[in-house]
Formats: sequence, structure tokens, C-alpha cells
Amino acid sequence: MKYPKDGRFGEFGGRYIPETLVPAIEELEENYLKFKDDQRFKKELDYYLKVYAGRPTPLYYAKNLSEKLGGARIYLKREDLLHGGAHKINNTLGQTLLAKKMHKKRIIAETGAGQHGVATAMACAALGTKAEVYMGHKDMTRQELNVFRMNMLGCKVHPVKSGSKTLKDAINEAIRDWITNVKNTYYLLGSAVGPHPYPVMVRDFQSVIGYEIKSQMKKINKTPDVVIACVGGGSNAIGTFYPLMDQNSEMIGVEAAGKGLRSKMHSATLSSGSPGVLHGMMTYLLQDDEGQITKTHSISAGLDYPGVGPEHSYYKDTQQVKYHSATDADVIDAFLMLTRTEGIIPALESSHAIAEAIKVARKTKRSESIVVTLSGRGDKDVQEVQKYLNRHEQN
Amino acid sequence: MNRIKEKFAELESKNQKALISYIMAGFPNQKATMSAVRGLVSGGADIIELGFPFSDPLADGHVIQNASTASLQHGTKIAGFFDMVKKIRAETDIPLVLMTYTNILYHYGYAKFIAKARHAGIDGFILPDMSIEESKEYLKAANDVDTIFLISPNTSKSRVQKIARVSSGFLYLVAVFGTTGARTGIKRYTLDAIKQVKGQTRGMIPVGVGFGVSTPEDVKRYVRAGADAVIVGSAYLRLIKDTRQDKLQSKIASYTHSLKKQTIL
Repeated sequence: MKYPKDGRFGEFGGRYIPETLVPAIEELEENYLKFKDDQRFKKELDYYLKVYAGRPTPLYYAKNLSEKLGGARIYLKREDLLHGGAHKINNTLGQTLLAKKMHKKRIIAETGAGQHGVATAMACAALGTKAEVYMGHKDMTRQELNVFRMNMLGCKVHPVKSGSKTLKDAINEAIRDWITNVKNTYYLLGSAVGPHPYPVMVRDFQSVIGYEIKSQMKKINKTPDVVIACVGGGSNAIGTFYPLMDQNSEMIGVEAAGKGLRSKMHSATLSSGSPGVLHGMMTYLLQDDEGQITKTHSISAGLDYPGVGPEHSYYKDTQQVKYHSATDADVIDAFLMLTRTEGIIPALESSHAIAEAIKVARKTKRSESIVVTLSGRGDKDVQEVQKYLNRHEQN
Repeated sequence: MNRIKEKFAELESKNQKALISYIMAGFPNQKATMSAVRGLVSGGADIIELGFPFSDPLADGHVIQNASTASLQHGTKIAGFFDMVKKIRAETDIPLVLMTYTNILYHYGYAKFIAKARHAGIDGFILPDMSIEESKEYLKAANDVDTIFLISPNTSKSRVQKIARVSSGFLYLVAVFGTTGARTGIKRYTLDAIKQVKGQTRGMIPVGVGFGVSTPEDVKRYVRAGADAVIVGSAYLRLIKDTRQDKLQSKIASYTHSLKKQTIL
């Protein structure tokens, strides 16, 4: 896999960090470069991915959904079947193993929907180390189930009450913790964001998704015409797209349009943001005229973020990937449609990708194929969906 | 004319070290900031560091975070900030340093922001999330405005020298592993770091120590350890928060005076 030495994807990426973190980031990069191609490290990671997390995940032909829509064949990459219920475990196993090789005694992480927090807690429990997770207070309320899960897994959850009390603020707080405890602490970032080398490292650990899709499609003698994944920070999307870049598939990343792009109540960074510097990286951001980061909204806590991975910013500008968005209402429809046609309850995050697939399928021929990364399962979201439906049925 | 350089030269001739006082612009409102500035000047501060609020101040502890949020909620904007700097400049010649985050300058345009700040009366910049690797455009735009970079007790010797080469005004040594905010007690490693950095920079540039400094005793010990300047921030914000507007100027002045005394050798 390509490794950008200066940590830049075109003008995006880089390393905008407080000086205290420089030795820690340099140590991380040095170790990542040392272990990423190390045969023993790879073997150990493959072992855990296979027998602990449940890889490879199936590529499921969603026959009922495809026939209902009457267009292309829709294949679902079932990351929802992984241990913990989402793609996040691909990255947390990789980084926890790395942290252990680096002899770091303490692991910290941020989480939005709680999936990365849960995956961190699981990986740390399995590999015998301790984790503490920062989570926005607002997210703790709407994803209470995941807070319980983290607690039961022996992980301390720190509520973050600053700013918008969501993922962005949880990252700020995790970085502050890292600055304070820089010597013994490993910061396990959950998305393909942050200062170099995080965006590259997280992409590499998530690329197992795309490589599996490639070989699974080959087995049925197809190359996907369209590949779709949801984008918050964008780790499942970059893990899906990156290995497939050399094929002629159309790639579509789907952002959260919330209550509509014109409402300002959304998290569609690439669709309506502008470049800036946040969380150690240069990337597209949702910001006001003065460069202050603006509030975001999404029905899915995991996409509720005003930034995006820098590699996505690059692909937006080079037009190698298209970035669309889905509103909360589209997402609920997609969630219900997949649940009812296939008996698969998708995470609200992943339902953004499903919503796009539904739109695309209606415009394609039966001979074509669409691959959608179903990044997580929706058990955590059923209460939110029920609340949404109750609210809207009353109106 | 470079006000920061002149100030350090003047202090050296008087056998004094610098007291650098930080306040957040527009916290809790612009009137309070003006009163605080007057208190700082009459209390004997040598350099004033003005914070411009950012929504996501990841190098700051709770006190400065809360002040940033309050200042933004009160409506602090870039244009109004420059007007306030002009007002301060009309009253005093004290060196003024602006501390904010990279995105504020990047979004406005480095060159345009720095030119306007310079015109208003700002003498230097501190950007805690600007690393030297990403600083090319910023340094080019800075021209004759001082670029004050931070170093940390864990910064390697070779890196201290690299940073010193692109810094002007002074080097900002972060005293502790952590964010800004008052703490009790002085760490051995901080005193060691001051000595090391002074040795590594060999008088090329003054070294200021900040983060967690709040008492006259702290100031005294850092000055004794060899610091050329001591920076006090969060402690001022707490004082501002807890003081009535009509008493603010005199309270700030007397606190500043108690700190400044410790920098006179």
C-alpha cells in the first residue's frame, strides 16, 4: 500500500499538533512503519481478525431488495456481522497489537456512536490491556446501550461536556489526555482522521474490507459497477474504496444530510464544507465565515462530525470518488426497507449507504452490480428509530 | 522597530526578566478586556498575550476553553478584535502577542490576517497547533511579525534548534505535560528543561515558560532556574471571572504587581 512520506494527500492531511505530541507521533510512525510489513505482526493480526473478529465477512447478494427495486444486483459487504457489530474492530485489533508492541500501558480512545469505544474495549480485553474512552455527553444519552457495553467490558467511559458534546469534542478531550499522559499512553483513534500517520494507518487496517470485496467479486466473475459506503470520518469508506481504486467502479461516499443541506442541520462536510485545520489535519470542514467550527447534526451519532478524513478530501477534489448525502428521513426509509426485505437491521450510519444504493439501483440495469459496505448492525439504534417514528407519526 | 525585541533588551539593561500576561479577548466582554489591559499595564506586565477564541482549543484546559466559549457566545469576531487592538495600541506601546489556533489564520488567509493584525498593533503570534513542518506559508506571511513557537520538555535537542531557528520574539517553553491551566507545585523536569533549553539555544533567543504558572512563588522559581520570561494565563481568567467590573482594573493591577516583583533581580 502507498505510504505518503510527508503525510499529505495533495494539499490535505499533514500534522498540525501541539509540540508535546511530536515525539509521540514520531514514535508511533516509526513503529507503524516497522510493524506494518512485519510477517509476525501480520500473522498475529490475521489470526485475531479471523478467529476473534470473524473475518472474512460474507458478501451477501440482497436478492429481495434488488428485485424490489428492479435494477442492479445489490451486494452487501457484511461488516455488521463482525464481533462487536461493526467494522471498527478491524482497526482496534491492529492498533491495540501495535500499542502492545510499543509497550504502552494505557490506551485511550474517543467514540461517537460508541462502536469504536466498544471495539476498543473488546480488543483491549482480548489482548490483555486497559482502555479509557472519551464520549460526548449527548452521544452517551442517545447511545446508552454502548455505554453499558463498554462498562461491562471493563472500560472507563469519560463523559465530555464541552462544546457540542459529540464526537468532535470527544476527540479534543482525548488529545488533551494524550498531551497530559504522553509518555505511557497510546491514543487509539477510531477513524481515518487526525494527524499523520493516523489517516494512513487506519486506512490500511480497514483496507481488509476492500481486498475481500475484490476477491469475492472475482469469484463470481464480476467487477462492481458502483461501490457505496457511508462517510463520517470515513474509515469504512476509505477501507472499501482504497483497494478498489484500480478498477473502473464508480465510488460513492455518502454523508449525513441530516435535516437537509440547506437547513445547516447536517454533517455533510465534503458536500458543503471548505478546507481548514482541525484535529491535527488539513481537510474539508464545516465552519463559519470566521473559521470557527460549526455545530453538526445527524440522526446517526457516528456520522455527526464536522471534519472528514484527509484522503477523502483529496479524492473529492480529484473526483476519483463522488460524495453524495442522505437525509435523516431517507435514512429511516432505507433502514426500514432493508430490515423488512432482507431481515438485516443496519446501523443508522450504514443506512446512509443503503439509502444511496436504493436511489442508484432504480437507475441501473439488472446486469449491473452495486456493492454496499454495511459497516455495522443497527441493534444500538432501534430506540432512536422508534423515537423518530413516534415523533413523525404524531405529525 | 520590533517591540518584543526592544522590550527584552530594555529588561536586560535593567536586570529584569519579563512577565507575560495572557487574557482572552472578549471574556467576559470587550469592556472587561479593556479594563484588564489597563490593569496589566499599570501593574507592570511587560508583554500582553491576547487570546483570540477558537471553537476547538485542543491545547487548552478548562479555564481557557470556557473563556473561549463565553467570548464566542458574546459575539467576538475578527474585525471587532482588530478594532479593540487598535484601541489598546492608542493607549499603550506595550508589546502585544496574539494567541489563537491555526484555522483562524488559515481560513482568513495567513498573509491577509497577519497584515491586518500587524496594522492594528500586534507584534507576534503564538499558534499552539502549528508545527514547524506545516509552517512554510505562515512563516512567509509573517514577515516582520514575530513567530513564537512552542517547545516541550520532551522536545529533542536537535528539534529545539530547528524550532529556535524559525522562532522570533521568544521561545515558548511549555512547563508541563498537559494543557494550559493553573496547577500546584513545580516539577523537577520543568526546571531541568529550562536549563537544558537555555544551554541549547545559547542566548540566541529569550526563553519564556508558561502553562500552569499562577503564583509569585512559581514566577520566582522559574526566573531562578534561568527563564527569560514567565507567562501567566488561566490564573488571570479566573480572577477576571470572579471580579466585579468596577474592581477589575485595580485587582488585575495588584495581582500583576505581585508577579512582576519576582522578575526583578
